[in-house]
Amino acid sequence: MDITFLLNGESVALRDVDPTTTLLDWLRETRGLRGTKEGCNEGDCGACTVMISDAAGAKALNACILFLPQLDGKAVRTVEGIAGPDGQLHPVQQAMITHHGAQCGFCTPGFIVSMAVAHLEGDHGFNDALAGNLCRCTGYAPILRAAEAAAKEPVPDWMSHDSTALGNGAATERPAIPERRAEHPPSAYAPQSADELATLYARHPDATLVAGATDVGLWVTKQLRQLDEVIFLNRCADLQQIAQTDAGLRIGAGVTMDRVLAAMSARHPSYAEMIRRYGSAQVRAAATIGGNIANGSPIGDNPPALIALGAILHLRYRDTRREMPVEAFFLDYGKQDRHPGEFVEAVSLPDQPDRLRVMKLSKRFDQDISAVCGAFNITVEDGSVTAARIAFGGLAGIPKRADAVEAAITGRPWSEDTLAAAWDAWEADFQPLSDMRASANYRLSAARNMLSRCLLADMGADVDVLEVMP
Amino acid sequence: MSVSKPLPHDAARLHVTGAARYVDDLPVPADCLHLAFGLSEIAAGRITTLDLDPVRAAPGVVGVWQASDLPRAVDCSPSAHDEPLLSGHRIDYLGQQVFLVAATSHLAARRAARLANMEVQPRDAILSIDEALEADSRFEDGPRIWEKGDAGAAIDSAPHRVDGVIEMGGQEHFYLEGQAALALPQEGGDMVVMSSTQHPTEIQHKVADALGVPMHAVRVETRRMGGGFGGKESQGNALAIACALVADATGRPAAMRYDRDDDFMITGKRHDFRIAYSAGFDADGRLTGVEFVQYARCGWAQDLSLPVADRAMLHADNAYHLPAVRIESHRLKTNTQSATAFRGFGGPQGMLGIERVMDHVAHVLGRDPLAVRRANYYAAASDGGPALRSPEARAPEEMTGQTKPETLDLTSRGAQGAVQTGAPVQAPEGVQTTPYGQPVEDFILHEMTDDLARSCDYDARRAAVSEWNATHPVLKRGLALTPVKFGISFTLTHLNQAGALVHVYQDGSVHMNHGGTEMGQGLFQKVAQVAADRFGVSVDRIRITATDTGKVPNTSATAASSGSDLNGMAVKAACDTIRDRMAAHLAGLHQSTSEQVRFKADAVHVGGEVLSFAEAAKLCYEGRVSLSSTGFYKTPHLQWDRIKGQGRPFFYFAYGVAATEVVIDTLTGENRMLRTDILHDCGASLNPALDIGQIEGGFVQGAGWLTTEELVWDDQGRLRTHAPSTYKIPACSDAPDIFNVTLWNGENREETIYRSKAVGEPPFMLGISALMALSDAVAACGESYPALDAPATPERVLAAIRTVRNGV
Repeated sequence: MDITFLLNGESVALRDVDPTTTLLDWLRETRGLRGTKEGCNEGDCGACTVMISDAAGAKALNACILFLPQLDGKAVRTVEGIAGPDGQLHPVQQAMITHHGAQCGFCTPGFIVSMAVAHLEGDHGFNDALAGNLCRCTGYAPILRAAEAAAKEPVPDWMSHDSTALGNGAATERPAIPERRAEHPPSAYAPQSADELATLYARHPDATLVAGATDVGLWVTKQLRQLDEVIFLNRCADLQQIAQTDAGLRIGAGVTMDRVLAAMSARHPSYAEMIRRYGSAQVRAAATIGGNIANGSPIGDNPPALIALGAILHLRYRDTRREMPVEAFFLDYGKQDRHPGEFVEAVSLPDQPDRLRVMKLSKRFDQDISAVCGAFNITVEDGSVTAARIAFGGLAGIPKRADAVEAAITGRPWSEDTLAAAWDAWEADFQPLSDMRASANYRLSAARNMLSRCLLADMGADVDVLEVMP
Repeated sequence: MSVSKPLPHDAARLHVTGAARYVDDLPVPADCLHLAFGLSEIAAGRITTLDLDPVRAAPGVVGVWQASDLPRAVDCSPSAHDEPLLSGHRIDYLGQQVFLVAATSHLAARRAARLANMEVQPRDAILSIDEALEADSRFEDGPRIWEKGDAGAAIDSAPHRVDGVIEMGGQEHFYLEGQAALALPQEGGDMVVMSSTQHPTEIQHKVADALGVPMHAVRVETRRMGGGFGGKESQGNALAIACALVADATGRPAAMRYDRDDDFMITGKRHDFRIAYSAGFDADGRLTGVEFVQYARCGWAQDLSLPVADRAMLHADNAYHLPAVRIESHRLKTNTQSATAFRGFGGPQGMLGIERVMDHVAHVLGRDPLAVRRANYYAAASDGGPALRSPEARAPEEMTGQTKPETLDLTSRGAQGAVQTGAPVQAPEGVQTTPYGQPVEDFILHEMTDDLARSCDYDARRAAVSEWNATHPVLKRGLALTPVKFGISFTLTHLNQAGALVHVYQDGSVHMNHGGTEMGQGLFQKVAQVAADRFGVSVDRIRITATDTGKVPNTSATAASSGSDLNGMAVKAACDTIRDRMAAHLAGLHQSTSEQVRFKADAVHVGGEVLSFAEAAKLCYEGRVSLSSTGFYKTPHLQWDRIKGQGRPFFYFAYGVAATEVVIDTLTGENRMLRTDILHDCGASLNPALDIGQIEGGFVQGAGWLTTEELVWDDQGRLRTHAPSTYKIPACSDAPDIFNVTLWNGENREETIYRSKAVGEPPFMLGISALMALSDAVAACGESYPALDAPATPERVLAAIRTVRNGV
């Protein structure tokens, strides 16, 4: 596969790249740019954070789980490209020195890039912008002080060069300079539209679809799987649309989670808050809603929220399209209602008043996989429950709706007595497992208590530790 | 004066531009080999068949070794020679190194390492404390026991008593830079090793042993680590040895780094502990007698577990005078990763035991835990006057413990030290002693506690927390103020020494080297500030250089918070030697005396003239004055018998207090820190900015140990939390919303470097305030004592809430 991108302002053209080479390995081992560090090789520590720009702006991404073909047509800026052309320090670099934000320094390049992206985008939510960058030395306090201090400084002029160059088409020129020929590159495809994808995938139903690679990346870096056929979805612009339709909001499968968050912040703020926590800025910028559904994980956080909202999944095989409620897609652990060559094209959310409460329970608030994720869409009229859609991740082998619990509370007064009467329904719905995230007993208890939390919140109690001020 | 200035880290500019080089960033020759270990998939048993042909046949593989292929028995242990580089038939934990692959790339080596066919005969693994006790699986013959007075009688005759147990988990270091090493073969069989290690001398010793060469044939260099925290005191040995062996066998450079998951699976972590306690006390909560039984899960090999467990015993008192105490310590051998050094080195575990007792006693009496803590504090230091001296240590008279192997690494903390049997340490009149007989003469926690309680508004916030809890059914707040008293010195007395090498060049630039290693703590900058001050020059005249066993030999690990204390003094000695030579020569040239020569403000003042430092250096060079010197330091006044548990193991104590407020959700157990205020004692700080950095970072790491960081092994002995996706160190938003850190305005009463105090480990234990605040919040849910174990994950907090409500 041939690709072209800007690297720290210079055009790079690669021919016949091994499509599952990660940007991190290429930077460090081939290009000799060793400022970007490998901390975990799975997208959880942020030491490898790089800035990726396209027409939509600049984002921080994890280079360790970013495959080279995903960069095509974009601009990459590594820590080596954050200082000015004459070595002038960027304001975030100077502030990190002044405020003693680096101790061992190994996480620092990643922090610098995340901070430079936030600085460029005018983002002042630093706890959130830096949630995907782990530091083991400082306790973060001096890093936050540095970010706040740098925010008062203007964006250096050299930081706008990437958008100018991209506008001039710099990353799409293709100088014919082969850099390296992989020995046995897998077959890789980059369709330009959903139509092309439909044809291609039907012909290659065993191919691995790669959108953000936040999951598939780990197949390569951790499981050391060698993928024979890969279809990259990043050029399918029509899969990346969000559109208001008569049936509600239709979100293309290729829409990244940061855009889903933005779309939900006014519609369903509790869902947006869950998305904020579910992955770091780096992960949200790469991960797609289609990927989070299609991989079928029992602990994916989107499905419970989508099920509670009554979302409809749109599947496509060639030109044949099917629709189903999201909950119907998940058949059993590791098994989805998807035929070979069929792919998730979109998900649509019916318009409705916001009653959604999403609760994500994990050992750490930010960037942690849920022990339990519960979504509650409960309609109460005149003190009684008239409708309820409740779904959970982490309580079964699939994201699952709480049918018995819904039945036990629907048509009854919205009260503690009703919840008490529904006690046994929980065990009818769920028989969770114990693992390293939580015990079965805790999962079920916490799930029950989440419903109590909905009630108590409706009664006016403070129920969210994240909202408590010192 | 450069000392006490808040200068940035010496490599700050390199850090922020990505130009700071770590081992894996070093340019290597094109023929460099990359290594990976093949790991065992069972926790205990025998390998019956090991088929490595598929490994050899994998793309890029250059060589594969199993134990029987090695030229000699190769050991990685820092103590008991019980850690073979490659396992051989016997398997002792899941993740143990079985074979070694060398390939043309890191990825090729990792891929090949998974291709072996291993047939095994498992045996029952000993995984838990209970299983180890049942099997009597332990290091040393039986428990180590130290006693002062008759604790049992004191408890029995006390008006009140509590009994309980606290379980506390281990902790993964999660240094951001994983373990890494690079070996570069030299002519004549010599080896140069670049290692991410806190202990270059240990690496040198172990590599020399593995190669069968004297130590002089191996040179180890460490410019910096991307974090250490104790995890690079002994855990880098295997990589360095593997690289050196392959480099020696192939004549090619060899590099090795662990993928993060391998790092979790192979290397040791903090010891998890169970501590059972009984305490007798009066109506004010003042303890009359305490008994602790400490159970440490040490893993499969001895490593540094004995001194870790010793230090847990040594901190069983924390800040409290215990009139009668008995401490029993079990060092249990299990089929898990070999637990190792981690910031605090057992101190945090021992300290958490007594803090739990304070919390429990206060709950029984219905008193504010802070009042109970204060009632038990050691007596205040009398006047802060000159330190009273205990008798000098005598020469070692006998060795105890295991037979000393000829290849024992004397610079390791795991070494069996000489037991000193000098006269007992005498406490001056009116001075209280620790359970191990050391007089506590520098106790400043009364004033520090008063100060912090005032500045953090403790009393008013205590009332506000009660009011909140009375009016909020779901969310409960908790508040706790806890102290730290941490002993400073290696408990293996002979390690308390350091060397330095300083050159002044003829242009007045200064090259500085010492045995300490830089892992982010700012040691190099602090010591450079000392050097700059001795020569009266600005710190940018001092060139800080990589730690190098060829420049300063026989160094101790940069550990036990000792880096600045030891190396600062050694560098000072070297600088003073050169400075005195310069002064003598310049005084001669200017008809003055050495005593009247002044080095200040980048100049030398002599006989009414002012020379630039560069001019002075040039004159001295021309006058044939040696401008190079070593420096040496050994900590005075130490005397320690670890078998009896008697003496003065510590030169002094470092102190701190922290007040933390938390909120918990009683429906789910979710919890977080709202505010933390810290007052910490660094003596007269060498660099307040770097010291505050250690305190902030230490606190958050300590709080992480006790809250979000949970290591989970399954019933097969497989660590299930082996990457940051499953093992959660604190993230940015986990630091307290309000986080105030202040340095205590004081100086060390002992003659340390510029009267400063060590700072690496003590602040870690300020994190205990977070767990105690959670306990306080849980206690607001009912009548019973929460008995909250650590880490206080949402699940444990919810379980404790149930306990409190159900009155169990």
